[in-house]
Amino acid sequence: MSYEITRSGRAKPRGSGWELAIWYLMRLTGIGLFVTALAHYIIVHFVYDPAVQDAVWVTARWASIAQRTIDWLMLTFVLFHAFMGLRTVIGDYTSGGLRAFLTMLLYLVGIVLFAMGTMVVVALPMPQVPA
Amino acid sequence: MLLRYRGSEGMLAWAFHRISGVAIWAFILLHVLDIWLVGVNSELYDEVLAIYASPFGRVMESLLGAALLYHALNGLRIIIMDFWPSMTRYHKQLWYLSWVAFVLIGLPILIQIMAPAIGLEPPFRFGS
Repeated sequence: MSYEITRSGRAKPRGSGWELAIWYLMRLTGIGLFVTALAHYIIVHFVYDPAVQDAVWVTARWASIAQRTIDWLMLTFVLFHAFMGLRTVIGDYTSGGLRAFLTMLLYLVGIVLFAMGTMVVVALPMPQVPA
Repeated sequence: MLLRYRGSEGMLAWAFHRISGVAIWAFILLHVLDIWLVGVNSELYDEVLAIYASPFGRVMESLLGAALLYHALNGLRIIIMDFWPSMTRYHKQLWYLSWVAFVLIGLPILIQIMAPAIGLEPPFRFGS
C-alpha cells in the first residue's frame, strides 16, 4: 500500500477502497465528535456538577427522544472513531497473527459496546410523570 | 524517548494525539459500561457516580477533559492540513494556536470541576 506523506495522524491511503473510506470517515466522525462530544463534556462537567447526575437524573435527561437520538449518534461516532483509531495503533505496533487476533478482538469488543449502548439508550423506560 | 527523539513540534503533536486517543478509548469502554448500568442496575450506577464525584474522580475527569480537548483541537489541525495541504507549511503555528485555545477553554472548566474537591462552590452558576 502506498501513502502520501503528510503531517496527519495517518497518511491518506491511495486508491478508492475500504481504507480510503475509513480515512474519510475518521475525519467526518472527528468533526461530528468535535461538536457532540465537547458539548456533552461541557454539559455534564461544566453546566451540571457530576454529583447530581444519579440514575434519576440520567432518566430525566432521556425523557426527550431528541436527546436520546443525539446521544445514540454520539455513541455511533465515538465507537467508530475510537475503535478504528485503535486499529491504526495496533497496526503500527504489531504484525502477522498477533495483529489479526488483536484486531478481531477489538472489533468484537466494539460491537458488544455498541449493542450495550444502543440497548440502554433505546430501552431505558421513560421517567414516571407525577400525577 | 519523546523528548530525545527529534522532539520537534510535529512529532510531539502526533505523540500526544496518540496517547490522548488511547486514553479516551479506555474511558469510552468504562463510560458505555456505566451508562449501561443505569438500565440494568441503577443502584450500582449511583455507587460508581459517587466515585466520579469524589476528589479523585474530579482529578480523573479533569485529565479526561484535557485529553479530549487536546485531541479535538489537534484533530482539527490535522483535518485542516489534510484538506488544505498548503496549510501544512504552518503546522507549528497551528499547534501553538491549538495550545492557546486549550488554555483559554480548559482553564474555566478545570476551575469549575475542581472547586467542589477543595470545598468551594463551583464559580460559574447556571439556571435557578
